[in-house]
Amino acid sequence: MIVYIVLIPLLSSLLTPILGLINRKTGFFVTLINAILTFTIIIYSTRKVYIYGPERYFFGGFEPPYGIEYVLDGLNSVIILIIAFIYLLSVLYSKKSLEKEIEQKRISLFYCIMNLYFTGILGIAITGDIFNLYVFIEIASLSAYTLIAMGLKRESLMASYNYLIIGTIGATFVLIGIGYIFMATGSLNMADLKLRLPSLYHSKMVRTGFTFLTLGLMLKLALFPLHIWLPNAYTYSPSTISALLAGTGTKVSAYALIRILYSVFTIDFDVNIIPFSKIFIFLSLIAIVMGSLLALAQKNLKKMLAYSSIGQIGYITLGISLANESALQGSIIHIFNHSLMKTALFFIAGGFFYKQGIENIQDLKGIARKMPLTMSLFIIAGLSLVGVPFTAGFISKWYIVIGAVESKYYIVIPVILLSSILSLVYIWRVLEISYFGESNGNEHKEELPVPLFFPAMISSVLCIFFGIYTELPVELSKRAIEILWGY
Amino acid sequence: MFDFIVSKYNYWISIVLMMIGLYGMIAKKNLVKKIIGMNIFQVSVFLFYISMGKIKGGTAPIYWEKAVIYDNPIPHVLILTAIVVSISTTAVALAIIILIYKKFGTIEEDKILELMEKENRR
Repeated sequence: MIVYIVLIPLLSSLLTPILGLINRKTGFFVTLINAILTFTIIIYSTRKVYIYGPERYFFGGFEPPYGIEYVLDGLNSVIILIIAFIYLLSVLYSKKSLEKEIEQKRISLFYCIMNLYFTGILGIAITGDIFNLYVFIEIASLSAYTLIAMGLKRESLMASYNYLIIGTIGATFVLIGIGYIFMATGSLNMADLKLRLPSLYHSKMVRTGFTFLTLGLMLKLALFPLHIWLPNAYTYSPSTISALLAGTGTKVSAYALIRILYSVFTIDFDVNIIPFSKIFIFLSLIAIVMGSLLALAQKNLKKMLAYSSIGQIGYITLGISLANESALQGSIIHIFNHSLMKTALFFIAGGFFYKQGIENIQDLKGIARKMPLTMSLFIIAGLSLVGVPFTAGFISKWYIVIGAVESKYYIVIPVILLSSILSLVYIWRVLEISYFGESNGNEHKEELPVPLFFPAMISSVLCIFFGIYTELPVELSKRAIEILWGY
Repeated sequence: MFDFIVSKYNYWISIVLMMIGLYGMIAKKNLVKKIIGMNIFQVSVFLFYISMGKIKGGTAPIYWEKAVIYDNPIPHVLILTAIVVSISTTAVALAIIILIYKKFGTIEEDKILELMEKENRR
């Protein structure tokens, strides 16, 4: 059953350009059917995983460690659930929003690449083979480069090119890392590697491989000093793609990092043999502060959100590198929540561009009087980004802080507080200009059209919902931790 | 010392190529030269993989009665996949460069940045 999760997006990606020759509009419908179908299958198989335990699929009937396998367990079912949900929302959003943001004759090709991107990220999440992981990383990245280059501005081409150069360095580093690990163990299956690696932990080959793997994934993840590709890529791509990339692209790399750190290697290796934790806790703290500081300095709304994403990625890697149960749980919940709130914010930013052609924060003057409902959604998602209690952002930060106290890294607490204040400042700056700024000209109300408003509403309302009814993300992440800790 | 270098000859070449490639990707200003650097970088990794598949005294992994040990064919197969990936990356990059040339009129990075800055100031 679980092989269909990757197969359906791949087939629909092939189908889209063929049907596009007949009629341009079919692309959207094929993609929508694909998104709904995949989401349904994912809900069904996730439920099955929760009742009967992990599900595996062997390619061509070859059993691992010889063949390639797909595994669906407690950890990656959370990730593919949120990915498929964000994709569904983005597809709903795309129809109207793309009218102004790409060339109309390319629309069916656009959907083809978008489905291919979906295949790639689902594949990264679901595969149980470490070389297959690399292939899917490349599928997802190549389609992401193309999607970014589809923007109408000429800056989008440069953004895409820079992402391609840096992304290829990252992916090739992952390839080198896999090579070293294969050289040491002779196996590529993740579950098999977990059994074979512990006796080789003191080999230099394994350590070098580990370093290359984590470094490559950090490049894909855009951790602070390696983040240069991210802001321009998010700013100049079509808003559907900004929302989709912000909600899924970096999150899936974070998942791959968790998989490598805790499911291929063990926690003992990460903490005691290689000082991974110590180094990356401080890098993440720098990322958290610098992301928020740089977001303050931006004039462009989408660029501000992109820099805030860099800060939020810092939270995720912080939770991963603290290496204890609560922090990792917080990290997984933050992957879940940050997808929801950043997607909502990018949807709304795209909506401002669609309706008024606004890109800069300064031009938002008085927009709250024109679009009060849209702006209220922005407030909800923005407050969730800050981490106000009763929003989703609070829960994940809470778990990460608890984890930091358990590991006795007390410096984490003031840094998180500082970054929350900074993010309050940059969200407030938008709110102040839009509510109290003097607008010129007419102020009659014109809300976003329903296809743009609906996805933004769903994702920002869920930010509140998961802040109050926390059972679902907490329960899901608890299952994920059980898989990683092996009981 | 000399022995150490000669016996690990493939790996040394792989490291040298990798550094040349990385230097090209980072330091060159011409967009096409960056892609050439990227290709050299990726080829160095292919060489690394192929070298690791070689086993002392092994023959090519084809069935043969006189053969005692075969080389490991798995790295070869993996690298076939990686070559395909590398070619597609190059193709996408070159397509983007063509579009960049159409819209900016140049493929020198510093000139493009100048043009973009001029546009932002306006």
